[in-house]
Amino acid sequence: MAAINAIFSRYATALQISPLLITLLFFLIGPVIVIVIISLWNFNGFMMVEGDWTFSNYIKLFSKNLTLDNYLQTLKMLAITLAITTVLGFTLAYFLVFDLIQLRTKLLLFLLCVVPFWTSGVIRMVAWLPFLGKEGIINQAVMAVGISDTPLEFLLFSEFAVFLSYIQIFTLFMMAPLFNVMARINRDLIEAAKDNGASGLQILMHVIIPLCKPGLAIGAIFVTALVASDFTAIRILSGAQVGTVMASMSNQIYNVQYPPASASAIVLLLAVLLIVGMIMRLVDVRKQL
Amino acid sequence: METEYRRAPGYWPRAAIFYLYLLFLYGPIVIIVILSFQDDGASLSFPMQGFSLFWFKEVIDPSYIGDFRWPFGRSLILGLIVMVLTMGISFLAGLAFRKNFIGNIVVFYLVVASLICPSILISLGIGLGFSNLGMTSQWWSGALGAHLSWTLPFGVLIMLAVFSRLDPRLEEAARDQGATQWQALRYVIVPITLPGLIGVALFGFTLSYDEFPRTSSVAGEFNTLPVELVNTLTLAATPAIYAIGTMTTVFSLVVIFVSFLAVYIIQKRRTGAGFNIAKKAEKASEG
Repeated sequence: MAAINAIFSRYATALQISPLLITLLFFLIGPVIVIVIISLWNFNGFMMVEGDWTFSNYIKLFSKNLTLDNYLQTLKMLAITLAITTVLGFTLAYFLVFDLIQLRTKLLLFLLCVVPFWTSGVIRMVAWLPFLGKEGIINQAVMAVGISDTPLEFLLFSEFAVFLSYIQIFTLFMMAPLFNVMARINRDLIEAAKDNGASGLQILMHVIIPLCKPGLAIGAIFVTALVASDFTAIRILSGAQVGTVMASMSNQIYNVQYPPASASAIVLLLAVLLIVGMIMRLVDVRKQL
Repeated sequence: METEYRRAPGYWPRAAIFYLYLLFLYGPIVIIVILSFQDDGASLSFPMQGFSLFWFKEVIDPSYIGDFRWPFGRSLILGLIVMVLTMGISFLAGLAFRKNFIGNIVVFYLVVASLICPSILISLGIGLGFSNLGMTSQWWSGALGAHLSWTLPFGVLIMLAVFSRLDPRLEEAARDQGATQWQALRYVIVPITLPGLIGVALFGFTLSYDEFPRTSSVAGEFNTLPVELVNTLTLAATPAIYAIGTMTTVFSLVVIFVSFLAVYIIQKRRTGAGFNIAKKAEKASEG
């Protein structure tokens, strides 16, 4: 018994971390290796040829104009979503931290913003149908007021619908880390700036925003990863109208074209890691926990 | 004093943006809850066709829509398994990260990578990995792993935050008083980190219960609820989808409420206990 205890305490840390490491080995590193292998297998147009090693999937991927279009479309959606969620998330966090006084109200309203994250993503997408549909609420209103005689077509199954769902839910990934860093800002700094004659705008630009940088970075990492790998909104709300990287990849998967889809997945992963790596160089994320 | 207080400039526009955002966040869900109480008519928007529990009965005892009871049961069981595993693995990892073991930075970045890795890559990789080994991924095998790759980053990051706020002197004090390592864990560390652990449980369960992209290629022949919902949606959308949406949202809200209530009660008892001890000490010093 004593011997067992001695072993336990000697290797305690190793034993504590191994369940995490083993899980990540099997279900993160494992799948990535599988995808790398399959991306290097030949695809003859109908099926993959096991063990027929080739770079052709990557060469085809990079020689297609569609690939560039897909990435430009994804980058465009990422840029717009980042811009809107940053401004909106900042405003929401600012309101909670600086405009509200009672801690209880702050926390309650913060939780109200976060609760939808723990509900079904699929249902949140479905919930846009009665709003945006051809006979939906917005079109009924538009036609009743007389803005248009025919229902607006761009509302549902479009880029617009996808944006709406992105902003609705990804904003909280920006707002939560911003709330966290803002709540920790020492109010004395703001008072000191005021005493030295800084205007409201100067305080915002030179005191608050610089202190919010870590929150902005974490929010940007979340939004980047979420937009780049979104599959649900593209599937339910885009109506196959939005040509993102994920959209063409999910088409390939649907058509059982696994090697090209795998090559595409690896390139997307590298692109996401590149962007996130750049953001993480700007700020030590681990210090923020 | 309160009458002296003036709203900061820009308060009202910010307040308006905030409450409009809440409306934007909750409005669509409220609408489908209302629309789920329709009669047999298959209207997907307003005006409502009557008012009844028809679609709820249809979901509970289906006659012409697909059966959602089994997918719900599978999602529920999977969610509970993922919850327990996420709690255990994250808690242990949190303990380990207190010591700066060799490779801790690598493990930390792996956790971050698991968070940002495109879901479909994980899902497809696990699915194809299983089939290359001559097996079929099922909701309780491949999908379980896929879900853990999504819930563990949240669990581990929460536990890291919790442990970084935990005063190591509390454990040292317990050990100095003769507690074994196990007793220090059982009577000091676990009680203090319990609210954080409940948070991890909430993330573990809800993220698994609602997960669609990481499940899509690995659920096998029996679907979980989100996969079944998307399939039904692609085939034919009826107000049954709204009824399920209402039920599953209410279910999620109950889970969230219970978690918060548990944390609230623990915090309350804790401050209450501290208060009582302080009072007793005061009395003792008076006497």
